[in-house]
Amino acid sequence: MTYLFGTDEWIKAYMQEINKSPAYEKSALDWEGDFYFVVAPDKIYDKVAIYYLDLWHGKCRDASLVEDESQFSPAFRMETSDANWKAIIDKKLDPIQGMMTRKIKLSGNMAKIMRYVKAAQELVNCATRVPTEFPPTK
Amino acid sequence: MWFFRSPEIVFGEDALDYLAEIEGHRAFIVTDENVVALGFVEKVGKKLSQAGIETAVFDRVEPNPSMQTVLRGAEAARAYGPDWIVALGGGSSIDAAKSIWILYERPDLMPDQVAPLGTLGLRQKARLIAIPTTSGTGAETTWPIVLTDTAERRKISVGHPENIPDIAIVDPAFVNQLPAQITADTGMDVLTHAVEGYTSQWHNDFADGLCLKATQLVFDYLPRAYENGDNDPQAREKMHNAATIAGLSFGNSMAAMAHGLGHALGALFPLPHGRAVGLFLPYTIEFTVRGDMPTRYAGLARFLGLPAAGEPEAAASLIQAIRDLARRIDQPTSLREAGISPQDFETQLPNLVDNALNDSTMVVSLRFPDEDETKKICRYAFEGRSVDF
Repeated sequence: MTYLFGTDEWIKAYMQEINKSPAYEKSALDWEGDFYFVVAPDKIYDKVAIYYLDLWHGKCRDASLVEDESQFSPAFRMETSDANWKAIIDKKLDPIQGMMTRKIKLSGNMAKIMRYVKAAQELVNCATRVPTEFPPTK
Repeated sequence: MWFFRSPEIVFGEDALDYLAEIEGHRAFIVTDENVVALGFVEKVGKKLSQAGIETAVFDRVEPNPSMQTVLRGAEAARAYGPDWIVALGGGSSIDAAKSIWILYERPDLMPDQVAPLGTLGLRQKARLIAIPTTSGTGAETTWPIVLTDTAERRKISVGHPENIPDIAIVDPAFVNQLPAQITADTGMDVLTHAVEGYTSQWHNDFADGLCLKATQLVFDYLPRAYENGDNDPQAREKMHNAATIAGLSFGNSMAAMAHGLGHALGALFPLPHGRAVGLFLPYTIEFTVRGDMPTRYAGLARFLGLPAAGEPEAAASLIQAIRDLARRIDQPTSLREAGISPQDFETQLPNLVDNALNDSTMVVSLRFPDEDETKKICRYAFEGRSVDF
C-alpha cells in the first residue's frame, strides 16, 4: 500500500514510522517541539498542504493534515515547495542544506534544531520508509 | 542559492601596518594570556594608537572557549563600548571574539542561540578584525563559531553568516616563532579543512580551487615549517597563507566527518583541535570510499600528482600521503598513539559517538555513518586499523 503525499493518511503513516524508530527515539529523547510542515504548491500540487507534527521526548504524539494554519501555534514552521519536499523524502535534499540555501524557510529556533542533527536525520529516514506516492508533476 | 563570503584579507610581510590606516575610536582586543606574554597585544595596540584608536584588552580566553567566557567578555565589551572588536590569537580567541561581538551587539541573545538564519543586525556598534597568530583554523575568514558546553562536555557549533570578520590580517610575523608542536597540530587542521572542503557534499566551484591550492601548500611547506621553524620564513608564510586559504575554502563549502569526530573527541579528551581532526581524516576517507563510487578524492590526488587511476587508488594514495605527512611531523595516527588509554576510550565511547552524530559537519559527508558504523570508525581509529567496512 502506498500513501499519497499531501493527505492525512500520509502524515499518519509517517507518525507510525517515527514511533517505530528506536534510532529516532534515542536521538530525540529530550526533544520538545511541534512543527508545521507547509507544502507550498509548485510543480506537483495546486493548493497548499499543512502538516502538523507534535514531537515530544522521542515520540510523535500527534500528526494531522491541518486545514487552517491558526489551528495550532507550533514552535517551528518549515515551508518549501512540493518538489523540494519530494527531494527531501527521496534523500536528494538535506534539510539543513535546504535551509542554508534558502530553499526551505524555517521559523523557530534553528539553534535548537542544530543541536539535534542526528534526530533530524532520523526524521528524514522515517519519511523515506513511508511508501509514498506523488502525483505526476504538472 | 549559494553564497561565497570573505572578509577583506590583508596578507604578507607588514600586513599589520594596515591597522594604522583604519578609522575608529575604541578597539576591544580579545585574546589569551600567552599572546599577551609574547608581546603581540602590545604590537597591535601600537598600530591602533597610530590610527588614533584607544584599546582595552580581554585576555581571559582559554583553549576551547566556554560559553561562560564569552558571556564575561561580552559584559566587558559592553562596559567599554568599542567600535572595533579585534580578535588576536588562534581559533579559540577568534571564535570567542565573534561570539563576544554578537552578544555585545545583541545582548538579548545567549551564545548558544545564534543560528545561521534570518537577520542578526550586526555592525550597528562595531566591526570585527581577526588577526591569527597560528596557521590553522582559518577562523579569520569564516563565520561558524565553536564553543564548549563545559557542563555537557560537548562542543557546540553556532554562528551566523553576518559574523564573518570584516578584515583578516594575515601577517607571517605572528607565526615565525610558533613552536613545532603547534605548527604540526594546526597544520593538520589546515589539511583537513582543505580536503574536507573539496570532498564535502557542499563542495562548489568557487571553493574548489582554494581547497586544491591549500592542500598543495600543506604538503609542500608543512614539513619544512615544522622541521626548520623560524629558519624558514618562506615555509612559515606559505603555511600562514594556506591556513587562511583553507579557511576560505571550507568556510564556503563546509567541513565534514573528520571534523565531527574531531570536535567530539576534543570535548572529551584534552587533544588540540588540529591533532584530533587530522587524526581522523584518513579513517574517514577510508570509510567514505566505496569502490568506484565518485567521491572527488581522485581529483584531489591527481592535482597533487599522486597515483590516481580510479577512486580506490586515488583514495589509497591520498591516505598514504596524509599518514606519511603525519608521521614526518610526529603526529599520532591512532587514538592510542595520541595517549588515550583503552579504559578511558571505552568509558567515553558512547559520548564520543553521540556527540559526533549530533555535530552539524557530519551531515555533509558523502557517506553518513550510522551509530554502529561511527562506533566502529572510532574503534578502528583507536587501534590504528584501516577502515574496511
